[in-house]
Amino acid sequence: MAEAAIELIGIDKSFGPVRANRDIHLEVPRGTIHGIIGENGAGKSTLMSILYGFYQADSGEIKVGGKPTAIKSPNDAIAVGIGMVHQHFMLVENFTVIENVILGAEGEALLNTSIAKARSELHRLEKEYGLEVDPDAVIEELPVGLQQRVEILKALYRGAEILILDEPTGVLTPAEADHLFRILRQLKEQGKTIVLITHKLREIMAITDNVSVMRQGTMVATRATARTTVEELAELMVGRRVLLRVEKGPARPGDVKLDVSGLTVKDSRGVTMVDGVSFNVRAGEIVGIAGVAGNGQSELLEAISGIRKAVAGKVLLDGSPVDVSGLTDPGDLRDRGLAHVPEDRHHVGLVLPFEENENSILGYHDEDQYVNGPFLDIPAILKSAESQIEKYDIRPPNPRLKTANFSGGNQQKIVLAREMEQDPGVLIVGQPTRGVDVGAIEFIHKRLIAMRDAGKAVLLVSVELDEIRSLSDRILVMFAGRVVGERGPDATEGELGLLMAGVEEKEAAE
Amino acid sequence: MEAWTALIQILDATIRVSVPLLLACLAGLYSERAGVFDIGLEGKMLAGAFVGAAAAATAASAAFPGAAWLGLCAAIMISVFLALVHGFASITNRGNQIVSGVAINFIAAGSTIILGQAWFRQGGRTPALSADHRFNAIEIGTLRSYVDSFTLAFPGFPAGAAGESSFVWLARGIWVVVAYPFQLLFGTLGYLLAWVLLGVDAVVQYIPFVSDVFRELILGHSLLAYFAFTMVPFTWWVLYRTRFGLRLRAVGENPGAVDTAGISVPWLRYRAVICTGLLTGVAGTYLAVSQNAGFVKDMTAGKGFIALAALIFAKWKPVPAMFACLLFGFLEALSIRYQGLAWPGIGRVPVQFINALPFILTVILLAGFIGKAIPPRAGGVPYVKER
Repeated sequence: MAEAAIELIGIDKSFGPVRANRDIHLEVPRGTIHGIIGENGAGKSTLMSILYGFYQADSGEIKVGGKPTAIKSPNDAIAVGIGMVHQHFMLVENFTVIENVILGAEGEALLNTSIAKARSELHRLEKEYGLEVDPDAVIEELPVGLQQRVEILKALYRGAEILILDEPTGVLTPAEADHLFRILRQLKEQGKTIVLITHKLREIMAITDNVSVMRQGTMVATRATARTTVEELAELMVGRRVLLRVEKGPARPGDVKLDVSGLTVKDSRGVTMVDGVSFNVRAGEIVGIAGVAGNGQSELLEAISGIRKAVAGKVLLDGSPVDVSGLTDPGDLRDRGLAHVPEDRHHVGLVLPFEENENSILGYHDEDQYVNGPFLDIPAILKSAESQIEKYDIRPPNPRLKTANFSGGNQQKIVLAREMEQDPGVLIVGQPTRGVDVGAIEFIHKRLIAMRDAGKAVLLVSVELDEIRSLSDRILVMFAGRVVGERGPDATEGELGLLMAGVEEKEAAE
Repeated sequence: MEAWTALIQILDATIRVSVPLLLACLAGLYSERAGVFDIGLEGKMLAGAFVGAAAAATAASAAFPGAAWLGLCAAIMISVFLALVHGFASITNRGNQIVSGVAINFIAAGSTIILGQAWFRQGGRTPALSADHRFNAIEIGTLRSYVDSFTLAFPGFPAGAAGESSFVWLARGIWVVVAYPFQLLFGTLGYLLAWVLLGVDAVVQYIPFVSDVFRELILGHSLLAYFAFTMVPFTWWVLYRTRFGLRLRAVGENPGAVDTAGISVPWLRYRAVICTGLLTGVAGTYLAVSQNAGFVKDMTAGKGFIALAALIFAKWKPVPAMFACLLFGFLEALSIRYQGLAWPGIGRVPVQFINALPFILTVILLAGFIGKAIPPRAGGVPYVKER
């Protein structure tokens, strides 16, 4: 075995009563890509933050290049050649690329010389690793894929030999993720060591040499990637057997519940985001909308659910029109049996500082069952929250806990429970499993299928192609604001991928 | 000609009333660009004015040389101290920055009156400072006498008064030793500058209008006023051309980026609030030891808040900040000049309305005319390492 770039020996870390890491042992050979996989809250990020000097371990030892090293701050980590690409980019958004790269590594008190130096160094890195990016571009005007490249450049500029990437593909489109993986392979060929943290099994299989699995703060196994399977890893992560593909019977579509025709939506800058989209959803089927993020799916969902005004088009709910061009009160739509699980649960779906039980009635808080004259009926609310918690296996099962303290998957279950338990005729779901663990994904998928089988109309928007393919009875692909194709559930990934990239459309035009 | 004179006078007044606004505004800029909102500019300025005037008055009564400078140092010290209190509350202890700022305003407003009455027994005022113990306007005459009196041998070494205590004598000695190199350097520079300005005056005094502008608008202000306007390009340079400025702007936008780059967020923010304290101290000194001959209760009269408004109006940028302060200064100068004047068609306008004009205009400007002012993104939010 090659020499170890990093060795962690018996790392322990607690936050108050929570033991985030217990007795972690890890060895990462030099010049390899090492995956660390585990559910949200398994302690992966904490472990890497300890390695990067963001936190101090309570006990244990870190060896870098065989030498015991004390890493007390990010400065120490940078000094021994560790660089980190954070899940939420640590970039100053209104700075240029070059300003972000030199921040903290300026060298001199005046900027002129350090910028000139960084410019030539960036040029060298660009040539060596294919990391092209305009050094004078402002970060907030760059797509996320390029922003991530700036993060990698930042680490390399500081002379990183070991690169830690924390959930790097969470914000990327499939094409951007592929590009990232090409870059990572190239970095590996140049002798860099890469640690990849993720909860996506596919990525682990695609790119890593070795993989370590974490569960509830402990390191449960390390395998050579070539000698393991997705099923084994999933089982190690969750601690039980997981169904990666949901089982479902054939759909029995009924009447048209939601009918959208010619819907056109503009964003706040006046750019047309949804361009004359027409489709319908029947009772007892799931219609999936696939597409690379930013092709109008979000705006479509918002217009149908009454959050955003449409400039043209008609929406019929149960055969009667919805006023989409005016300000439809989303509350009215709820009364008419349309439930909405928004894409962004943090900003739209939940009020994070509220208690779980308060969030469990949000939007339905004025219904008779929850009110007592002008007052909220707290015991009734708690009782309904408890039943939702039990039914949807929301953990920890405490309706008085602040919502922010639940994990992402459990927060999502809170939203789903709220919307599904009102027994809507039509359910609109945006990105139901974004940032959700494997175990919870399985549960959410089962619930959506159950809704379908109960004769509900389900409209599903997701950027996860796997999810669309395994759940949908019909698949619509959106590109540049328009529906560019409709396929059945047996469509291949390649076929849908081409549609998502707008390829077929161009060919038809020629 | 009369209109010309009036215009010159209004513009001259504009510059004079803009100086404390500008200093406070730039002070706020350092802190807020670093992500620490500071509503306590007013209080720091007021405390600076009081302590500056009190120190200058005390030094003057002991016949201490450079009483004005001593006042300046004392004002800066108290103002930096209050800035550090704000920093301790909002950076170290992650308190609410607005609450902390308001508290500083209240403490300054109350304690200056109480201490002033206790120490000087003049109804909360400090003793009037004579012209010798203030920062005076630099006029042609001043320049000429400066050139006349300048010798490289250290000038102005004050003769000891008979019967002074050994403590004062010692302090005088330390003052001379510490100040001498600076006096030599700045004295020489000042001498050269005075020569140049006198030369300019010799040329422009025969050109009508231009000489008025030169004598009234360019000359005729105190040293602190020149300092304030010099701070505008200096601040720009610091912000956009130095490492400190880059980090300062970064920490106000995304402290996480600064922290992960291995730079201490608290230390950087502390340095920013120290800059704020320095400048509000100078602003206070200008009010009490230059523009006025001592401290009067509540003499800042909302200037700290107007400076904040100007800062937002200028979108937290130094050069627009100067223009914003000049605009607000202009409004104030107008209101001073035209109060009690009968306006055609309207008649006599109440003084109160004229006095309120700058504030009304502030509201209107801030409400509609500046477009979207985007504050530093991390402004007002204490930095906590994410878990």
